Amino acid sequence: MNSLKLWTAIGMLVLASSAGDVMLSAAMKRIGDLDAIRINKGLLTVIGHVVREKLFLLGLCCLIFSFFCLLTALSWGDASLVAPASASLTYICSAILAKFLLHENVDRRRWLSAALVCVGVLLLVK
Amino acid sequence: MSSAHQAGCRRNIRVKFKKIFIYLAIACCNGAGDVLLKRGMQNLGEIHLSRWTHIFNAFIDPWIILGILFLAGFFYSYLTALSWADLTYVLPATAFGYVITAFLSRVFLHETVSPWRWAGVLLITCGVGLVARGPSLTERPTKDTALGKDSAISRAKEQHELA
Repeated sequence: MNSLKLWTAIGMLVLASSAGDVMLSAAMKRIGDLDAIRINKGLLTVIGHVVREKLFLLGLCCLIFSFFCLLTALSWGDASLVAPASASLTYICSAILAKFLLHENVDRRRWLSAALVCVGVLLLVK
Repeated sequence: MSSAHQAGCRRNIRVKFKKIFIYLAIACCNGAGDVLLKRGMQNLGEIHLSRWTHIFNAFIDPWIILGILFLAGFFYSYLTALSWADLTYVLPATAFGYVITAFLSRVFLHETVSPWRWAGVLLITCGVGLVARGPSLTERPTKDTALGKDSAISRAKEQHELA
């Protein structure tokens, strides 16, 4: 029962942080090249654009929610299991969401890279 | 060599430089921020729930302030990268932060890094290298390119330059 609770928290954490990343990515694409805006109009304008974008705020809420899920999961399970498991699952989940929601061209090279990074993160706790 | 070609080469180099710079900025700020926070929390000692207000002392520790500044820099460079690159291109850069963290904790915090961990570092580096060499943004057909106008214009320009 306890492990079910723990994995539910990890699942919610992974979904929330991937959804947050996808929303941030979509929001930034809507705003346009931040470097160009900063050079032309200054840093304050960049911050103004970013803060006024609703999708960015929604993405930020998702990331904050995922942080609280992380804290909850950490209180139920070992840090050596929770942190790498959630980080590596997030890479795979984000790649899937980016392919289907953002229609990014996730080719073999990117799938392989996501898998390598995922296994690499898991190895970091050994 | 025509001036248009030279300008194109210069632009390519600039774009390549920008990609490498933002990748390094994301990874270094992420890794350094984590290590600095850890260093600051070592000064602070363990925090007990009964004396949780103790945690506010963290905000006067210079290591922690520096760590927070680095993490703010990480978030800014992450958002900038997302504004002109795919999410699946930028994400491995955040993982490369773990590699920087491993090196910094070895050198700066004198932690022992096991061979398994070095193997993980190697895999992450391979994954990051693989995706960084590819295109950074998915090509989307615009109205002009869909109609073949774009290629027709560039062909006409090339012929003009040759003439």
